[in-house]
Order: sequence, then C-alpha cells, then structure tokens
Amino acid sequence: MSVKFLRLFGGGRQAPAAAPATVARERLQILLAHERGLLGQQPDLLSKLREEILAAVSRHVALDPDKVIVRMDRGKNVSTLEVDIELPNGLEPALAAAG
Amino acid sequence: MAKVLVVTSGKGGVGKTTTTAAIGAALAQNGKKVVVVDFDVGLRNLDLVMGAERRVVFDLINVVQGVSRLQQALIRDKRLENLCLLPASQTRDKDALTEEGVSRVIAELRETFDWIICDSPAGIERGAMLSMRFADEAIIVTNPEVSSVRDSDRIIGMLDSKTVKAEKGERVEKHILITRYDPARASRGEMLTIDDVLEILATPLLGIVPESQDVLRASNVGAPVTLNNPTSSPARAYIDATRRLLGETVEMTVPADRVGLMNRLLRRRAA
Repeated sequence: MSVKFLRLFGGGRQAPAAAPATVARERLQILLAHERGLLGQQPDLLSKLREEILAAVSRHVALDPDKVIVRMDRGKNVSTLEVDIELPNGLEPALAAAG
Repeated sequence: MAKVLVVTSGKGGVGKTTTTAAIGAALAQNGKKVVVVDFDVGLRNLDLVMGAERRVVFDLINVVQGVSRLQQALIRDKRLENLCLLPASQTRDKDALTEEGVSRVIAELRETFDWIICDSPAGIERGAMLSMRFADEAIIVTNPEVSSVRDSDRIIGMLDSKTVKAEKGERVEKHILITRYDPARASRGEMLTIDDVLEILATPLLGIVPESQDVLRASNVGAPVTLNNPTSSPARAYIDATRRLLGETVEMTVPADRVGLMNRLLRRRAA
C-alpha cells in the first residue's frame, strides 16, 4: 500500500521497481530451494557417493583413494555427476583380458 | 525434567548472547532454576552481558577436562539466586571441547537445573555443533535480512540431522525468534516481513523483538535487558517469548516504545 502511495507522489522519478523486501524474498526462496537439495535433504551426498564408488572399485582394483574425484554440477535443467578415477599403471592388460 | 535449550543462528551479531541472557533471566524470574552456558570458546561474551566478567575463575573447558569441579566454575547471579552462568574459556582453543566432555557436563547440569541454555558461537564449527548436540529445544535467532535467514535455514537442517535427538529419530523442538525487527521499515517494504521469514523457514515463531536502544543500554551496564528495563519494548518481547516457551498462549504482538501523539499519527501514516 504505502509503496504505491509514495510512488503516486514520487513524481514518476523512475520506473517503479519491486519493493526491496519482495526482491529479497524471491532471491532467498530460489537460493534455499537449491541449497536444501544439495545439503539439507541428502546430507553429505557427495562424500557418500565417493565412499561407495571407492569401495566398489576397490573390490576389484587396488587404487589410491586420493585419486578418486566425484564432482556434481547443478545446471538449470539437468545436473551431472562426474566421477574421475585414476587407475594405477599396468592394469590395462588385466582389464583387456577380463573384457 | 530438565530441558536443554540451544540459542543458535549460524550468523554472528544477530542477538544470540542478548537472547540467552534475556530469556535466562526471565525464566529465573518465573522461579525456574536456570544455567546459561557460554560455548563461544576463545571469544566469550556472555559473562560480560550478564555483568559477571570479574567473577570468572574456572570455565567450561576446565570442567570438561576435569581441572575443576562444576560447582567451582558456576557463577551465581547477584540479582537472581536461581540463575547461574557457566562461562567459556577466553584463552583456550575451541578444539579443547570434546563431545564426551560436554555430554558429561550437560548430564551433571541436568541434575540441578530446570533449564540449561546453551549460547552457541557463530558459525557451524565444533563449538556450534557441540552447543546444539544435546539440545531438546532450539531458539533460532533470525534478523529479517537475507544472509541471516539463509544461515538460519542451514542451522535448521543441522538441528534436524546432527543432534542426538535427531539421530535417535526424535525431533528437537525448534522456535524462530525474530530480533532487530523494525515494523516501520517492514511496512514500507524495505525489510522482509515476519510472514516472509516464517514462510521461508517453515518453523513456528516464538517472538518478535523490535530493534531498540535498550538492548545496547543493558549490555553497557552488564544486565540482561529483561532485568535492566523490564518495561522496555525488547524486554516485554523477551518476557512474552519466555511465557510461550513455558507453554502459555500469549498473543503475538510487536511491543512498541511509547510514543507521543504526533509521532503516533506520523507512524500510522507511514504504515
């Protein structure tokens, strides 16, 4: 109400902008929707994924835990999960034989 | 049955220590046996706000490490005999707090007191986590401002997952306390409104404490605002919040300072 009231007497200074509090509320709602997905509902999702992937691969191949990188990218429409595992050298023949 | 209440927020400077002192004193005035515990190891301030800074001998870390007994470290308030303070250490590092030690101290405090109020440090590190770890209830102090609301949301997530209660499948009872609220600015659309904050955080409201000079005046002299000037607007807000905490139904209002007729007319116009 008061915002409109002031605008009426503001003499058309500038194009009317949304009230600052409305901008604040909308920004917060969008941000928190993202953060809750990442942190709130699935606590430590990435570290859990990393541990389980590491455990699964380790059952078959000896690897350096520090060389397992799990990264998540959140896009507007899709998110991607990137898993980067560095295998020790000399493993290729064994993998080829298994395959 | 003793209750452990954590006063937390994530963000610093929103009023956790002021709230701990004010509600601690108001509960004590209601005849409850109350201890306020400072978890801000290295940056203690609850002693100063309570006016007990010159009486600190032993602290929480000393008790956790078994250097002193709990009774030696507790400081009895000079105004209210059933209000005590357990100060934090000023010299030690926050890593000196252990979960096992804190658990033992809280269990011992439960034997003597009705309310154990844990004043959390800002942030989400060890001291903050341990201050909420054993909580039955939580007050999340929030300013109507974006960064404070975001941090409160994060803290709510932690109360729901990282506390002993949460791990047992129970719930910590959570309350939002909005502080530094300026009704005039909110009505002009310059500040998030109470409804905005509650809608975003989806947590029940315990009270609304208006921005006021009286808070600074009380901390200057080292008295909880509820004792220093009980009729001031923040004191009335804290007293109402305390009654709600005790289960009473109190109408939710924003206490205002008494203003002259002319001011009141102008204020109404602005609203």
